Amino acid sequence: MNGEDGVLRDAYRSVKPWLDTNSLDQLKQRSREAEMLFRRVGITFAVYGDNSAEERIIPFDIVPRVLTAAEWKSMSAGLEQRVRALNLFLADIYGAGEILRAGIVPEALVYQNTYFRPEMVGIKVPHGIYTPVCGIDIVRVDADTFYVLEDNLRTPSGVSYMLENREVTMRLLPDLTSEHAIQPVEQYPNELLATLQSIAPATASREPTVVILTPGSFNSAFYEHSFLADRLGVELVEGRDLFVRDNRVYMRTTEGPKQVDVIYRRLDDDFLDPLAFRPDSVLGVPGLIAACRSGTVTVANAMGTGVADDKAVYTYVPDIIRFYLGEEPILNNVPTWRCREPEALAYVLDNLPDLVVKMVSGSGGYGMLVGPAATKEQIEDFRAKLKSEPDEFIAQPTLALSTCPTFTESGIAPRHVDLRPFVLYGSRGIRTVPGGLTRVALKEGSLVVNSSQGGGTKDTWVLDR
Amino acid sequence: MLLSRVAADLYWLARYAERAENTARILDVASRLSSLPTNYGGTTNEWESAMISTGAETLFRERYDEANRRNVIDFLAFSPDNPSSIFSCLDVARRSARSVRTAITGEMWTAINDAWLELRHYSVDAMSPRQLAEFLAFVKEACLRFDGSAYRTMLRTDAHAFFRLGTFVERGDATARILDVKYHVLLPEGDTVGGGLDYFQWASLLRATSALTSYQWVFRDALRPWRVAELLTLRKELPRSIANCAENTLWYLDQLANDYGRQGPAQRAARAYHAGLANGTVDAIYREGLHEFLQRVIRENNALSVAIEAQYLR
Repeated sequence: MNGEDGVLRDAYRSVKPWLDTNSLDQLKQRSREAEMLFRRVGITFAVYGDNSAEERIIPFDIVPRVLTAAEWKSMSAGLEQRVRALNLFLADIYGAGEILRAGIVPEALVYQNTYFRPEMVGIKVPHGIYTPVCGIDIVRVDADTFYVLEDNLRTPSGVSYMLENREVTMRLLPDLTSEHAIQPVEQYPNELLATLQSIAPATASREPTVVILTPGSFNSAFYEHSFLADRLGVELVEGRDLFVRDNRVYMRTTEGPKQVDVIYRRLDDDFLDPLAFRPDSVLGVPGLIAACRSGTVTVANAMGTGVADDKAVYTYVPDIIRFYLGEEPILNNVPTWRCREPEALAYVLDNLPDLVVKMVSGSGGYGMLVGPAATKEQIEDFRAKLKSEPDEFIAQPTLALSTCPTFTESGIAPRHVDLRPFVLYGSRGIRTVPGGLTRVALKEGSLVVNSSQGGGTKDTWVLDR
Repeated sequence: MLLSRVAADLYWLARYAERAENTARILDVASRLSSLPTNYGGTTNEWESAMISTGAETLFRERYDEANRRNVIDFLAFSPDNPSSIFSCLDVARRSARSVRTAITGEMWTAINDAWLELRHYSVDAMSPRQLAEFLAFVKEACLRFDGSAYRTMLRTDAHAFFRLGTFVERGDATARILDVKYHVLLPEGDTVGGGLDYFQWASLLRATSALTSYQWVFRDALRPWRVAELLTLRKELPRSIANCAENTLWYLDQLANDYGRQGPAQRAARAYHAGLANGTVDAIYREGLHEFLQRVIRENNALSVAIEAQYLR
């Protein structure tokens, strides 16, 4: 809330007095009301590996996180630049491969990548847009510096929390929200639908049929899938609701087969088409890839986008931006050592207690080492792993992550946060809804914000001026 | 327009909720009859006939040696191996409800979810006659609450039509089965009520279908076997009669045909099935044989369900 100089930052000018006038008991009361609202609506998620808790809610912190209009302007410009470049990268590696021939990104990193899909080579993605929906994770390290922590170009989730958090905040804290000029996020579902319709294949009618494809009601993010289907007013389908005939995709309805033009899928590549990928998958649609190849359907995001949000390719994104756009990146990466490079590996091995080491293919905060918080055994364990499979790891400095005032049992206290804004890229342009999902590490001192490991969420405000 | 899977989930959700209630009614009757004074001379095993009337005799024989009270209660109320046990019905209903959560109302979801949660407090090991009565009352009330929630809160769209089709197809089937198990009591044509046992068996049949009081209202007469049969098959005033269920099934299928602008095999099958019952007479049933008539009704009702599934749910 305060800058490094100890002075109240602009963004929080009117949050501070509100926090001061509300007693701890009043805040507790509102916090309880918020939890009740979430439970009643059934905003729940499932945690893998925890059978006892089939349905939980993600803790919601009532104190909003605030960004100024100026901060947002530069951040969103950086996000949009990044997403454009990553799309050009995807089109290139599944096409001519110029960036590889130019030696900017090592070939092995792309072609030997688990997420690279040879099936996608030569497929013309409608409008050349591979990633209509992206969630880019951002951290702040000081007043002027935002770093990109991770690009999520496959099936980023969390946008339902962005919307629900705002609704709950407006209902519970009208005294606070009415004091601020907050840019709205409520239009996200409309903009998502418009984006998806804008990338329909040429064969579609003027009002393309869009569906959301979910793995089913046992998926941890099922709530979000049904929430979005409701808000967009489109069908929420499972793989078995769709079939392919003559290279066209249809859904089975009570009025017979209905052709589908755009599939916003929340299902991983591996499960999409049992004919092309995992033959044992019962979640997907046999023949979907063939339909994509013949250009009768758009799958959003396209298959094979994971190769561009891989942690190893991540380190090259600034070069990717320079290569395709001829611009300097507006948003920077966290300084990163690629353990595949011997010099970097040597440095990392020498400085393990100060670094965060991540697996290239890991996600959700699993399979990582947080040096300063680790025991000697954990560090030695990682040292051995690094030596045997250096290609699998990257390392980053432990960042002085920004904190945000957060409600705790003993009062308002600083907790570390990150931010996931959502970027929509359609044929009529690219746009970032002002806000995003702020995740907060609720444990004191913790840097891990993942909901599966004790993280919570906050409403995120972008001020109008 | 609905996704076929969503329509199918709504249809089966209604069928299984209805089936849970019917199974509870069948157990209720068995329990009443088994508590008759022994000097009424009953030799039939009420628990066995309750089990047979659910149409799952083969499955039961594979799993239990004897059709005694405990085994039948376990099989019909709690067994996860019996797809028509109350437990299985409510479990399937809740799962269907969950996967079409946005197509049903909050009240419906709460009703089925509460029933499912409550069900876990009961077990076959704590089933004295009194506890059984409490348990069955709970099941019937839970199903009533669910049905009432649907009646009061659901939008009258195609989703509602599929839900109600499930209710009436299942209800017609249940009435036919309950009646069929007792057909030997009703035959041969006896004109007046015989011994106490007969009276109780007929009364139990009417109780199982919530029709004992209705009988008095409709006929203002003592219990006569063929009138019981007439009430449960042809009298459309009775909400559980086969004729009433057929009429409602046809009505909702016509709704769908109107909505979608197309009649199909399901509508034709429903029209023929309904006409057969609307024009039916007790004499004709008597000539055909009650058992033969009921078996035909069960077959036709099932064929109608297959036609609905083929036309809309796949």
